[in-house]
Amino acid sequence: MFGLNKKDGTLFLIVIAMTLLAPFIFNPFPTDSAMAQFNAGYPDLLQRFVIFGIFAIGFNILFGLTGYLSFGHAAFLGVGSYAAVWIFKLFTYNVVPAIIFAVIVAAIFSVLIGFISLRRSGIYFSILTLAFAQMSFALAYSVLSNPRFNLTNGETGLQVYDADPQMFHHEGLPGMPHLFGLPMRATHEMTLGGWAFNFNVGYYFSGLFMLLAFYLAIRIFRSPFGMMLRAIKSNNTRMTYTGLNAKPYTLAAFVVSGMYAGLAGGLLAAMDPLAGAERMFWTASGEVVLMTILGGAGTLIGPVLGAGLIKYMENIVSKINDNVLHQWFSFMPDGLEDVMVTLIHPFVGKGWNLTLGMIFVLVVIFLPGGLVEGGQRIARLFRGKKAREAEKSTQSNPAE
Amino acid sequence: MTKSNFTRRGVLKTGAGASAGLAMPMFFTASSAAAYTNEPKGGTVTLGFNVPQTGPYADEGNDELLAQQLAVEHLNGEGDGGCLNTFTSKALKGNGILGKKVTFVSGDTQTKSDAARASAKSMIEKDGAIMVNGGSSSGVAVAVQGLCQDAGIIFMVGLSHSNDTTGKDRKANGFRHFFNAYQSGAALAPVLAKEMGADRRAYHLTADYTWGWTQEESIVASTEAMGWETVNTVKTPLASTDFSSYIAPVINAGADVLVLNHYGGNMVNSLTNAVQFGLLDKVVNGKDFQIVVPLYSELMAAGAGENIKGVLGSMNWNWQLQDEGTKAFVKSFGEKYGKPPSNSAQTCYAQVLLYADACERAGTFNPCGVAEALEGFEFDGLGNGKTLYRAEDHQCFKDVLVVRGTQNPTNQYDTLEIVEVTPVEQVTYAPNHPMFGGDEASLGTCNPGA
Repeated sequence: MFGLNKKDGTLFLIVIAMTLLAPFIFNPFPTDSAMAQFNAGYPDLLQRFVIFGIFAIGFNILFGLTGYLSFGHAAFLGVGSYAAVWIFKLFTYNVVPAIIFAVIVAAIFSVLIGFISLRRSGIYFSILTLAFAQMSFALAYSVLSNPRFNLTNGETGLQVYDADPQMFHHEGLPGMPHLFGLPMRATHEMTLGGWAFNFNVGYYFSGLFMLLAFYLAIRIFRSPFGMMLRAIKSNNTRMTYTGLNAKPYTLAAFVVSGMYAGLAGGLLAAMDPLAGAERMFWTASGEVVLMTILGGAGTLIGPVLGAGLIKYMENIVSKINDNVLHQWFSFMPDGLEDVMVTLIHPFVGKGWNLTLGMIFVLVVIFLPGGLVEGGQRIARLFRGKKAREAEKSTQSNPAE
Repeated sequence: MTKSNFTRRGVLKTGAGASAGLAMPMFFTASSAAAYTNEPKGGTVTLGFNVPQTGPYADEGNDELLAQQLAVEHLNGEGDGGCLNTFTSKALKGNGILGKKVTFVSGDTQTKSDAARASAKSMIEKDGAIMVNGGSSSGVAVAVQGLCQDAGIIFMVGLSHSNDTTGKDRKANGFRHFFNAYQSGAALAPVLAKEMGADRRAYHLTADYTWGWTQEESIVASTEAMGWETVNTVKTPLASTDFSSYIAPVINAGADVLVLNHYGGNMVNSLTNAVQFGLLDKVVNGKDFQIVVPLYSELMAAGAGENIKGVLGSMNWNWQLQDEGTKAFVKSFGEKYGKPPSNSAQTCYAQVLLYADACERAGTFNPCGVAEALEGFEFDGLGNGKTLYRAEDHQCFKDVLVVRGTQNPTNQYDTLEIVEVTPVEQVTYAPNHPMFGGDEASLGTCNPGA
């Protein structure tokens, strides 16, 4: 199916199903229950899941296959966002040209940075990409936002003002990013008993791109090109000695993953027409590295899972405050309640980074292959048990 | 919504209404029956407190959160009522807002526009927050203000000092209680002229981003109007932690005043460097060298420690004021948390009460009604003296404090002393002032969402 083998086809089908059903999957608790705190099925977060999924899938094509650890990938994401917002400002709120332009600009940008950075490998490559990304951040944050030449609008972030030309915008079109008149923000809410599910245009639009990106990633992984990239990862020197020039391959991988980042940036702007410089800050670049490693570098689904987990922590765990904790433990006697709240307090709310850090440490130590390895181990455990049971049932018990 | 009446006209009307409802896409999660975004249905109303809990302004954010929690308690009639007793508007009864119990959700802006918008969106889309309050840093404030305008809820700005927030980026759904860079300049300049003379030569070090530029512009304009000369203005990169290389040229330039347009950690570092270089002991042009920090905060003062002694700056509010509102607020904050509140805490506390009060007076949570109630509202008793929420740009006009680093602190919170309370007339400007976007700046129209 789709030119995929059975295993990849099944995986792809699962990803399609999960993307389509995400509004249900992430809203498992009734709206009024205490557990509703953990619901993640609201449009903004669902959009972030898939968009950062795209970002991480793209990063994984470079890092997972060639082993080149880029520490400046957020630069391409940021450039994509700025490109998209400029289309909104100058031409139209329609998201299609904005996203196309975002990908093109990110591609050009990644050719430039890639061409220079890929002259070195290993830690030097990482440092070069980091330096370029920080340079882009500084340019966007202050240099290119001076009153004479304001390309990025600095700290405030680039946004669309009423006074902007928007040449192809006319009455009757929504005053926000839209797909030929269908606003990205439009949401249909479905209530079923105590549950509420949100179906958001922007989410399904980004979800479609995520599926395309995922499909393309599978094809790259299974192609001769992907094999070549893996060869570079396993032994670059030997590749060179066999007379093969590896640079065009790594540059191609770099540009492809830069374009993925540009697509993610364009989509972010399409969901919310604002591009801020901190999108290019080194912590943002570090985040995608975390996503990929947490999920499982070099695996297909891993980066998406990692992106989901990090965005979930950032948006859900950071919102659990003492007030919420007190509600949870209100069934306990007063003293015990306070003890529980004090114990959990450092790990939620402003401590969400701490919890994330601990999970990261645990994953790296016990599951070097990331969450995907965790899943595989569990699957093996069940399969193992089943196999053992099957064996047991065929054994004849001796009579007493 | 409406009772159906089966006359021909009635059926037609209902049909037209229904098809209009279907044709209009629903933004955010507002259901079609609601008159505005997140109309509170049950017995509670949810406020969103969006503050930096991690990142460079985390201290301020957490202080803001404490103050907001205190405000919620007071609104619900718990605790000692704080400023409800001193507030000149008596619409609030301590039974929540419009009879609904106040609950809140909090989020982490991380001092990043993106994260702040994500967090605000989750409050609006998921938790059904009817308003968003708080935030440190102007970039975040402008970004979240734009979001709330689109979503159709009220944004009560927290700590944001840039002129742009109620200048060129002003929005109909956004309101700022905190003062701004222009007002800092207008309040400081006369005091500076009085303390240091009218013939000083100033040298500016400015954080290289929007807020830094607007503040530099404001201070340069108001000090030059007093007769000062600006020797040089130097932009410093944001991430700098060591400013020594920027300090050395100050003396050579023949300047006798150093103005540090820095905030937070930047200011702590640049001031420390300047003091270590012995600038304050120098005599230039026959005058003692002076340092000015236009925007002060208690947390910065604590960070800079000894070095701020005698350094002048401006503030929105200080816990040492002696009016009734301040005393009431400091007392309940102090009793609950064991420390005096910072000026960012006070502004967020005041904003929550002002919002609640506007809802009561408007008799609705509809953002347009609330905005109307806030526009042109005059009040007193929240600690800043007589205050006006100006209708044209949604900026509060009130007295501004000029403060100085305490020479002989009596306790660890006694870091700043009040030099002068600049009267509001002196810091008032026209709504179309060129530093505030000129004639082009407009609030737009109020958006109730849905």
